[in-house]
Amino acid sequence: MQDGRKIRVLIAKPGLDSHDRGAKVVARALRDAGMEVIYTGLRQTAEQIVETALQEDVDVIGLSILSGAHKTLFPRIMGLLKKQGLTDVMVFAGGIIPEEDVSEMKRLGIKEIFGPGTTTEEIIRYVTDNLPKRD
Amino acid sequence: MFDKKKIDELKKEHERWEQTTLLNWIRQSNERKNEFRNSSNMLIKRLYTPEDVQGLDYIRDLGFPGEYPFLRGVHATMYRGRYWTMRQFAGFGTAETTNKRFKYLLKEGETGLSIAFDYPTIMGYDSDHPMGKGEVGICGVAISSLKDMEVLLDGIPLDKVTTSMTINGPAAMLLAMYMVVGDKQGVSREKLGGTTQNDNLKEYFAQKLCIYPPKASVKLTTDIIEYCARHLPRWNPISISGYHIREAGANAVQELAFTIYDGISYVESTLQRGLKVDDFAHRLSFFFASHNDFFEELAKFRAARRLWAKLMKERFHAKNPRSMWMRMHVQTSGCTLTAQQPLNNITRTTIQALAAVLGGTQSLHTNSFDEALALPSEQAVRVALRTQQIIAHESGATNTIDPLAGSYYVEALTNEMEEKATEYIQKVDDMGGAIVAIEKGFFQTEIADSSYRYQKEVDDRKRTIVGVNDYQIGKEEYPMELLRVDPEAEKEQVANLQSLRKTRDNRKAEEMLGKLERSAEKDENLMPAIIEATKAYATLGEICSVLRKVYGEYKELIVI
Repeated sequence: MQDGRKIRVLIAKPGLDSHDRGAKVVARALRDAGMEVIYTGLRQTAEQIVETALQEDVDVIGLSILSGAHKTLFPRIMGLLKKQGLTDVMVFAGGIIPEEDVSEMKRLGIKEIFGPGTTTEEIIRYVTDNLPKRD
Repeated sequence: MFDKKKIDELKKEHERWEQTTLLNWIRQSNERKNEFRNSSNMLIKRLYTPEDVQGLDYIRDLGFPGEYPFLRGVHATMYRGRYWTMRQFAGFGTAETTNKRFKYLLKEGETGLSIAFDYPTIMGYDSDHPMGKGEVGICGVAISSLKDMEVLLDGIPLDKVTTSMTINGPAAMLLAMYMVVGDKQGVSREKLGGTTQNDNLKEYFAQKLCIYPPKASVKLTTDIIEYCARHLPRWNPISISGYHIREAGANAVQELAFTIYDGISYVESTLQRGLKVDDFAHRLSFFFASHNDFFEELAKFRAARRLWAKLMKERFHAKNPRSMWMRMHVQTSGCTLTAQQPLNNITRTTIQALAAVLGGTQSLHTNSFDEALALPSEQAVRVALRTQQIIAHESGATNTIDPLAGSYYVEALTNEMEEKATEYIQKVDDMGGAIVAIEKGFFQTEIADSSYRYQKEVDDRKRTIVGVNDYQIGKEEYPMELLRVDPEAEKEQVANLQSLRKTRDNRKAEEMLGKLERSAEKDENLMPAIIEATKAYATLGEICSVLRKVYGEYKELIVI
């Protein structure tokens, strides 16, 4: 928490895949850890995700994807965030993202990728420890 | 089943044992945990004895295989007659690529096909729809028109192979394509065998691939059930699915109860069409998951059969015993697979598959060990299929029918599963049915709570997952090459689709789409109009958007 403001997190599911079990568990765990969590449901376009991030003035975005379309969708989201000047928002991702794609995704500006087997505590700790400084 | 006097004697003996032998032992060495529970949060006793099943009446509660209440199996000889169908869910890339995988699986001894469609297809979008960019052919095969289905099934004789299609919102469209390919092969519709998943209710709270609002979706589901009852006698129009409910986070009892409730809803919606229960109920099929708690799972399958048989007889007054059969397909559980030490998944899958066989399934899919990482490679799929073949041919588990019947634990657990599921059914009845429960978020909340509880148990290490929160190793190498779908597949598929739109008779396609729209507005059974549009090579996306126009689109009710 900074200046008494709760950490604001957007959990978003881009693309068509409907595996929302992980996204919902993470959303609930972050909420239980005292953060303000916005979960917008399935099948969000890159534009919708970035628009929500802007409107809700979030500090953090968590992207969840299990369909394998991350190589198409993540660059679009990261590009739009940059265009909107949201470069101080921390983005992390989770789902089924093969090891060999991780460095490419990180080059886009995604801070961390959490694969299967990650505990909710690890994610909470990561978010708390790596929170961007706000002006 | 047990003599009252003998039970009293046993009770005394049991108490004596607890006060002496057990107590002496526990004083020296305590049990691992204060209490033992299964996934459904049922308290598991230290020991089960005839006391726990003293109310059991063999003839009433168990009966004989092939006879009511079908607890011991729907067929009189079960696996002594014929093994279950070994059916591996497969699909990726273009129709041509998947056709090759199908032929490989059939060559390796698979006995039925099961088509996995990609997300754009499942959502009723053509492969060139902007929502599908990057997803074409990735999680399944891309099928946008009859043309693709012709390629997918090329060289596969539809009178010899049965096919299961995991498709819900656009089930009618894919079934229509399959029927038309059958026509072209010269296979009469009486001979066409297979299954469309077509269970739209569970989409709203489990698989969540919904196109239309719930009422319109149930209408489409019912259209297929009605149409098949009249025209496709060997087709299972629906596979009422617990698998996705479980994978979304439900426990075994919730999976059982919610699935059966969906089944009740479809029986009701079809009866409203003027069909008699015995006209269609024998063709309703079911689909469950099999997780790691071996006894809980096999008890669930047994309880499901008895519960369904009772409902069909008592609630719906079915007369034909076949209407009371619960025929099921089982898939081992995807969400129990770990990305860590993936070879361990072979062991998990084996346990789950054995539970399904001992639970009396008619059909089985075994997951591949690399599926927490990617779509399965050819080698991983073969090991998965071999797991079934080893259970069938080597384990001896198939030599007698329902071998675990009569186990005090198994029968007590089967009873408890049925009781707990019945309580849920009552609750949803009182609420006003499945659609009301969906609109209230009841199923969604139940599942989200179970899913969260499970994850907390894993995170708090109250539940051990080997290789994940215990017995870890450091950085690991993947044991093998993972399957990557060729990114060119999307381009190829889009080019084929665009060429189809240029070469087909567009006037004819438009005309048939117009007819479909009028048929939907008049609230007719849409199968005939969908078949005609399919024959004219109207695409999946075009057909689905006609119905999107008529019915509108579903907006998700978000429950965390």
